[in-house]
Order: sequence, then C-alpha cells, then structure tokens
Amino acid sequence: MIVRVMGDGQYDVDDEVAKGLNDLDGQAEQALQAGEEEQLRELLRRMAEQVRANGARLADDDLRPSEAIVPPDDLALDEARQLFDGEGLIPDLP
Amino acid sequence: MAGLMSRASLVVKSKFSKLLDRAEDPGETLDYSYEKQLELLQNVKRGIADVVTAKKRLELQETQLQQSLVKLDSQAREALAAGREDLARQALERKSGLQQQLQSLDQQTQQLQQQQEKLVASEKTLSAKVEAFRSQKETIKAQYSAAEAQVRIGEAATGIGEQMADTGLAIQRAKDKTEQMQARASAIDELTTSGALEDFTSDQTELDRELGAIASQSQVDKELEQMKSELGTGEGKKELKQ
Repeated sequence: MIVRVMGDGQYDVDDEVAKGLNDLDGQAEQALQAGEEEQLRELLRRMAEQVRANGARLADDDLRPSEAIVPPDDLALDEARQLFDGEGLIPDLP
Repeated sequence: MAGLMSRASLVVKSKFSKLLDRAEDPGETLDYSYEKQLELLQNVKRGIADVVTAKKRLELQETQLQQSLVKLDSQAREALAAGREDLARQALERKSGLQQQLQSLDQQTQQLQQQQEKLVASEKTLSAKVEAFRSQKETIKAQYSAAEAQVRIGEAATGIGEQMADTGLAIQRAKDKTEQMQARASAIDELTTSGALEDFTSDQTELDRELGAIASQSQVDKELEQMKSELGTGEGKKELKQ
C-alpha cells in the first residue's frame, strides 16, 4: 500500500508494515487527545521511520494517490490540532 | 475516532476535491486542473522566495545582535578599566541576557533552515508531478473513452492534489515560523536599542550614560594628547602648506 510521509514523500509498504503503523497510529491519536506533545512527536517520528525503513520510495513523477498519510513528525500540539481541524494549517488551493 | 493517518487523509483530500468538481467534460477538466497546478506551482515558488528573503533578514538581525554583544563586552572592559566594577557588572549581565535570547533565535534559525530544505524538495516533487500530469493528460484525452478517462483523471488529480496539500503545508509552516521569529527578533532588537533588556529597565539609561561619560572622558583625554603633540611639532608645517 502507498503511504505518504508528509514533508518527505510517498512510499510503497507491505501489509505487515501497514499493520504496525496502525498500532502506532492509534497511540498517536491518544497522545493528541491527551495533549502529550512529546509523546505525539515520538510516535509520529516512529511511524515515519517505519515507512522509510521498510518502504520503497515512489518516483517524484508517480501520480498515484496514497492510501494513508502520516502527518509531519515535528508538529507542535496546536499545529496538530489545527491540521486535523482542517482549518488554517493547509492553505486552500487556488 | 479513527487514527491520525485517516484524519490527515481526510483533511488533505477535502482540500483538493474542488479541483475535480468541474468534471463534466474530461478534456476540459484536465486542462482546467493543469492550469490550476501551474498556478499553484507559481505560488509555491514565490512562497519559497519569500521564506528565503525573510531568513536573510533574520540572519542580518542576528548579526546586529551579535554586534551588540561585542559592544557590551567592550563597554564592560572600559568600565572596569575606569574602576567602575558596578557598571561592568551591569553590562555583563545585560550581555548574558542577550546571549540567551540569541541562542534561542539561533535554534529557530536552524529549524527554519531544515524546513526550507524540505520545502525545496517538496517543490521539486510537485514540479515533477505536474510535468507528468501534463504529458499524461494528452494520452488520456486521446486514448480513453469518457468514462475511463474520468477514472484516470480522478486518480491523477488525487495524486497531484495530495502533493499540493503537502507542499502547501510546508510553505505555510515555514511562513509561520519566519513570522514568529521576525516578531521575536524585532522585540529583542527594540529592547537592545532602547536599552531596556531584562531587569535593567530603570538602570539601563544610567548605565549607558555613565559608560558614555567614561568613554567620552577618555576620548577627550586622547584628543587633548593628540592636539598637544600636534601643537608641539606641527604649527609651522601647517602654515607652510597653506
């Protein structure tokens, strides 16, 4: 499955990796809700590392969309909240 | 609630669904979408240029603050040489406060540098995708029926839209960062020039004034010495020159 690591690029990973990602993802969601910034960053960092270490990077001119998107691993808590509210952080396209 | 990955996907996808709205005629959609992509690419390039300019301005400000450090240091030496340890202490304390501010500014500059590098890489990927889209759209138009074309356009546009949102986020964050840093740097700047940094709000002008007085005293002494020596040897020569 194709996974995008935001601020980095797209990778093709196998299902086993995807499963591991889902576990971390659930924990990351909890960290965000609990307001644990360091924990959130650490989890996002680990998710990005898993993808980079086990995935094959897609060429820049590959137009396939991703099935999952890993948010940037250096997000501050308020940035993360803004990002997931869908307001502000990603600007509207023209 | 789903995990963060699906929430991120949802946000990213909602951002470019607009691009696909005009999907009545596939050929038209392709051209329209490509135009929008080029437009965005221009915005991205301008955004990068803005970030680079802002970063240079910040570096300049940092250099000026560094000079303030040097100045405070030499002021402390002057004060000490004039036997005013109290003033020297004030200057050094002020220097230490400024040093801490500068260190944190310096860390942020490094973060900004990393963001800028990611941004440039992201722009490169976006350019490559837009170019791939341009070459594929003619093939899609020529080779597929309307229904098939629709599907392929959908995929290609989704892939591009995703990259647009990613690059857009990188730009936005870099811009936010430069704005924060600019605000911070000019606040430090203002404090330094007004001489009110840290806890020296009331004493500061006094420190500057006293150090200034010492400096001007020694300057006066120096000039007097120079004049004396000139008068001793130079009067005749000057008249000869005229």
